[in-house]
Amino acid sequence: MASISASGPVRGRSAGITLRSALRRVAESAVTPLELHDVLDVFHPLRGGRPGLQGRVVSVTAETPESATVLVKPGRDWAGHVPGQYVRVGVDVDGVRLWRTYSLTHGPRRDRCLSFTVKAIPGGVVSNHLVHRIRAGQMIQLEQAEGEFVLPVPMPPKLLLVTAGSGITPVIGMLRNLFSRRVPVDTDIVLVHVNQSESSAMFRDELRAHAADGHLRLVERYDDCHGILDVDHLDELVPDLAERLTYGCGPAGLLDALEKHHADRGLELTTERFRPMFVDMDGQSGGTVTFADGREIEADGATPILDAAEGAGVLMPSGCRMGICMGCVIPMKSGAVRDLRNGAITVAVPGETGPQGVPIQTCISAAAGACHIDEVRAKRGA
Amino acid sequence: MTTITKKTQNPTAHLTPEDIEQLGIELDAIRQDILDDRGDGDAAYIRRVIAVQRRLELASRAVLLGSALPPLWVLGTVGLSVAKILENMEIGHNVLHGQWDWMRDPKIHSTTWEWDMATPAEQWKHSHNQVHHTYTNIVGQDNDLGYGIMRVDEDQRWHPMYLAQPLWNFINACFFEYGIAAYDLELGRNLRIPKDKRPAEFKANVKKVLGKIRKQATKDYVVNPALALPFGAFLPTLAANFTANVVRNIWSHSVIMCGHFPEGVETFERKSIPADETRGQWYLRQMLGSANISGSKAMHVMSGNLSHQIEHHLFPDLPSNRYAEVAPKVQALFEKYDLNYCSRPMPQQVYSAWHKVVRLSLPNGWLATTNAKNLPSQLKLLYAMSTKGPKVRRAASARLEQQARRAAAA
Repeated sequence: MASISASGPVRGRSAGITLRSALRRVAESAVTPLELHDVLDVFHPLRGGRPGLQGRVVSVTAETPESATVLVKPGRDWAGHVPGQYVRVGVDVDGVRLWRTYSLTHGPRRDRCLSFTVKAIPGGVVSNHLVHRIRAGQMIQLEQAEGEFVLPVPMPPKLLLVTAGSGITPVIGMLRNLFSRRVPVDTDIVLVHVNQSESSAMFRDELRAHAADGHLRLVERYDDCHGILDVDHLDELVPDLAERLTYGCGPAGLLDALEKHHADRGLELTTERFRPMFVDMDGQSGGTVTFADGREIEADGATPILDAAEGAGVLMPSGCRMGICMGCVIPMKSGAVRDLRNGAITVAVPGETGPQGVPIQTCISAAAGACHIDEVRAKRGA
Repeated sequence: MTTITKKTQNPTAHLTPEDIEQLGIELDAIRQDILDDRGDGDAAYIRRVIAVQRRLELASRAVLLGSALPPLWVLGTVGLSVAKILENMEIGHNVLHGQWDWMRDPKIHSTTWEWDMATPAEQWKHSHNQVHHTYTNIVGQDNDLGYGIMRVDEDQRWHPMYLAQPLWNFINACFFEYGIAAYDLELGRNLRIPKDKRPAEFKANVKKVLGKIRKQATKDYVVNPALALPFGAFLPTLAANFTANVVRNIWSHSVIMCGHFPEGVETFERKSIPADETRGQWYLRQMLGSANISGSKAMHVMSGNLSHQIEHHLFPDLPSNRYAEVAPKVQALFEKYDLNYCSRPMPQQVYSAWHKVVRLSLPNGWLATTNAKNLPSQLKLLYAMSTKGPKVRRAASARLEQQARRAAAA
């Protein structure tokens, strides 16, 4: 509920708020057990004040054969972003909601839409879905933009941007924002853009056009004709790199080398890492299960987590103990479990599986790696 | 009916333990096929049903604002009844079974769902998902068998109070949601315990149920009628909501009676269930303890696909829209293992279930030995059995059963 501020015509305002909250209570009691939000969602899923931000896909534009830009109209509560930031996106793939993080590839837009560009990774469930299958009109889940990888204010006189592969995505957002300003930026920009091949380079033509217009100096490097970029020879490509403020985004190998290179020379560097999250598991041999209060138990790969936890004195919700009643379902924040009935593996990766983790049935799930579990069951809000 | 272990011909006698385990493996395979295939189409299905249900309910309630006009009253009441049935059956029951948990959508999840029902979701999940689905049709352990107020088995000794059980059953049907709430609370058992010895949990649960009932009643009998007040439709709206609730209650009661009560469905003795019942044995009990309703697609949806009660009991966590697809495979297994797949159209199943309620409300053998000619003497006998104490009752019961056996043998 809105809080009442001390200043202003207090009486009128509090009366207004009381009336509004009274009307709201009447509406809530007219639709129970639904919440008013569930009903309003039927009409206006993008309205403000909704718990949980959503967006509607406006268009999907191919950038290369294996990458595409998704333009999304976010709900009213979208607070905007600074170019270079990323957004967490929840997408229903084959009916299952999965979460990923993507860099925003635009500055703030006049139509308030946001866009992100996705490169389809081989075997990547979500990236392939977003590049090849998602259609305009579908809904996706969003969180507010986050991230520290943003350009400084005021801008430095000279800037070096080093990107590799999809590492260009936060940088393209920065550049588009800079170049769309009415007053041109007064910064000398060099972009070293590394890709496996010319055809796989995202935003290649757009970047070349900017270079042709004199907005920046573009250094294109392709592994298949130039060989792998050796960071130690970066000064051959950018002789004045010591005078430049450097931003780097790309795979860990490149960023590690870049960090060492800059540290050795005492140069400043800002990086953004796309961390591929891995869960330590082999799908079989159990693991350490950590509970919300910090307690840890060792669970083997053949014992249900429910039994293992109870054996160690952890109070767990339980029910039929055969996988049918859903009385034992609690969220796994991270880790992997195996369904003892059919061997199916369920994995929870922070950042990739909803903000609340993945609910699992502890009575038929055995640890398949280190797991973090909240034994207090998530309850519906009051 | 008689529990299968007391029957002269146990319908599972021809199955070896190996057969039963093989049956379990084959059923697991059917389940796995659906799990592997589950996806976009299923998610779209449940979202569509939810969207349709919400629109229908809102539209019906809007129409009821004008329910001072009789045609609008009828239209709104029909719409609201259908919406409430969909909400309880195809959506609520199935979401609370965790059939849609795999979507990882926190809005459509067994841990967050609440439904348009007197009993709170959390308590119902315990009594239904856990007790009823685990101990299906075990006399004395599965409360769905007669809800603790009815005689459901010949082996239960007859008492004159059972003469009223058709009436109880009808009243239970009309106010089914409250009946369910009462039995989720194990109200009868708990009220028999002295007040200070009742479990603390019981008190907390009663409070939750009363809170839920208050919210439900406020919605249907205060707020929505009050919204219609400016249109002069307070009472018609109230009547419409009451009617829709009763229609929904009778419908769901009928569907559920059809699931476990018709002739041909087996019950089990508690002591005949091994403590370490295997998955195959559990499957077999579900197969024999459930009955299907055959009918149209619309009937399946309105019953929440509990018309596929056998499939639902075998695979309570598979999405309901897939039961129709697995039904032929399950039926083929019934044939392979020479078991009785009990499936009839709704009117026949309802009749069969009610016939059983009436038959068991009377002493064993009474109905079978009664015809138009001997009706007066039979009624006299029944009157004597009801009023003359246990000795007479026992003697008359023995004679009735003997006569019935002779009549059956002839």
